[in-house]
Amino acid sequence: MATVAPTVADVRARGLAPLWIGAALVFLAGAVLIGVLVGPVDLGLGPILSSVGARLHVPGVTSSLSPTENAILWEIRMPRVVLAALVGGMLALSGATYQGVFRNPLADPYLLGVAAGAGLGATLAIAYLPEGLRGQQALPVAAFLGGACAVVLTYSVGRSAGLGRNAATLVLAGVTVASFFTALQTFVQQENSDTLQQVYTWILGSIPNSGWSDVLLILPYVALASVVILSHRRVVDVLSLGDEEAESLGVDVRRVRLVLVVAATVGTAAAVAFCGLIGFVGIIVPHAIRMLSGVGYRALLPLALIVGGGFLVLADVIARTALAPEEIPLGIVTAFFGAPFFALVLRTTRGGAG
Amino acid sequence: MLRFSLVAALTLAALVLVGSSASAGSTRSTPRAFPVTIVTSAGKVTVTKRPRRIVSISPTATEDLFAVGAGRQVIAVDNQSDYPKSAPKTALSGFTPNVEAIAAYRPDLVVAEYDPKGLSEALNKLGIPVIIQGTAASFKGAYQQIRQLGLVTGHTPAAERVISRMKTRIAAIVRAARPKSTHLSVYHEITPDLYSASSKSFVGKVYAAFGLRNIADAADNAGTGYPQLSAEYVVAQSPDVIVLADSVCCGQTPTTVAARPGWDHIKAVRTGSIVRIDDSIASRWGPRLVNFFRAVASAIARLS
Repeated sequence: MATVAPTVADVRARGLAPLWIGAALVFLAGAVLIGVLVGPVDLGLGPILSSVGARLHVPGVTSSLSPTENAILWEIRMPRVVLAALVGGMLALSGATYQGVFRNPLADPYLLGVAAGAGLGATLAIAYLPEGLRGQQALPVAAFLGGACAVVLTYSVGRSAGLGRNAATLVLAGVTVASFFTALQTFVQQENSDTLQQVYTWILGSIPNSGWSDVLLILPYVALASVVILSHRRVVDVLSLGDEEAESLGVDVRRVRLVLVVAATVGTAAAVAFCGLIGFVGIIVPHAIRMLSGVGYRALLPLALIVGGGFLVLADVIARTALAPEEIPLGIVTAFFGAPFFALVLRTTRGGAG
Repeated sequence: MLRFSLVAALTLAALVLVGSSASAGSTRSTPRAFPVTIVTSAGKVTVTKRPRRIVSISPTATEDLFAVGAGRQVIAVDNQSDYPKSAPKTALSGFTPNVEAIAAYRPDLVVAEYDPKGLSEALNKLGIPVIIQGTAASFKGAYQQIRQLGLVTGHTPAAERVISRMKTRIAAIVRAARPKSTHLSVYHEITPDLYSASSKSFVGKVYAAFGLRNIADAADNAGTGYPQLSAEYVVAQSPDVIVLADSVCCGQTPTTVAARPGWDHIKAVRTGSIVRIDDSIASRWGPRLVNFFRAVASAIARLS
């Protein structure tokens, strides 16, 4: 398709990448700052800074927040900002990885059926688990297992249809498995209409208020997936040239693709398990970075991790505050801004080609 | 007397009650003669003779029917009708009802909460009258539904007794709690992701009756009655009473609520004024409304 473009971008990126990384870090820091300062409860800039100062043991600084306000800041708002950053970064990184590995600009982290599988897992847990188990503990596990099952199934269907030859086979297998799991999920949901509301809110996606415990649970998956993907970031550039070209450059395409897909899937499944389905982050963030900077995957992947985190933190700020003290499901916010943006990407890429 | 009760019924009713000439001639002590015609929001429904094969695919209507003494006339109820236990529960769905499955019971009256995809039209073609009783918007509406079901099943006096007993009990509960409750705030939880019920909802009317300030009101921007609240907001509001309507569905207890990050600062958590209410009681508007009032009163009583 565009075999020349990545190499050109690569040359350009070599000099500019550190600059873009710096800009991305500034964006993330700004987003986190806004995320901490803004919420449905107005804590005030000064008191928040004093509380942070006191927490960091800055000499002479004591928190001017009340105990309740301190709890709101440190036990509710902060973990939510951190969780949004982790999940947003993970989704954007996975999306960028899938786009490179499958050479498909429309690939998103849910491409191989992880979302449909996780949806089925979560729905089964909500519908059939005994009430004691059903709460916050069992649901993410069920969603994670469902997501993993779907991707394993996609892989085995793809393999039986000749996976090694063509990445498109795997994408088709993903579409098939996703449709099948979605059908099962809808059926189970329909049979248990009393739990409709719970399933519905899970599917719409949101950052949970479960405090630091979820952050600690999700962190290992995000860290592991990020390290694996980022250590292969040069290979993704090579893969994006095409399988044959990559083979001729000495890359074990099948092995590398499997490693990358597994890493991206594990990270995505962990994100989906805790936050439900948050659309568009995995597509619009990598595309936005590509449009603005023109960098290749080597720089794009770390940028996606950083910018994706910042983007979701900002989206969650909107979800928390736009109609405060009412919340808007996060999936609606990202899609609301994602869909018009995607139209823009399509327009500009068309314009460039024609 | 008769004229008075007819006028009272007309003014009270959100859904107007029209007795046929035959029923208007009867007195209170004897069962009304059939046919009777009632007017619901979905239009006029005429029941030609006393029904003996009723299918209810509305959990609230099931409770109402059994409370007015029409339980023996009910031959099948939907899969969500779990109260009373003696109700003939079947696999029928009130949410995605199947006309043929309902018709297979050869009912002479069907009561439903929704009318999706031409359900009543199809059953009417088979000569089966259908009464649609949607979610009540007020206590008056809830009482009116009981009154209508009493009328069409031939249990008008019993229905009136059920209604007046509910009214008396609720009034007594509220009167006892009222001196304390008017200065307090309440948070009603429908799901653990903080969906709540504002004063616009039927549930919210219960808290309004106690004079409680409902913290969900400020969040109900769309006026749906069921806004999703921010955790920060709930903690900052620090409600005096928390009512959990998600104990059955989602395993929520005072312990799990207290364990949520930051919630240990909420007044209701510190004083233990958290009450669990069976999800099905809090989502229906039948005779067990009294139990709901009692549960809220017990939470208020726990506050010293």
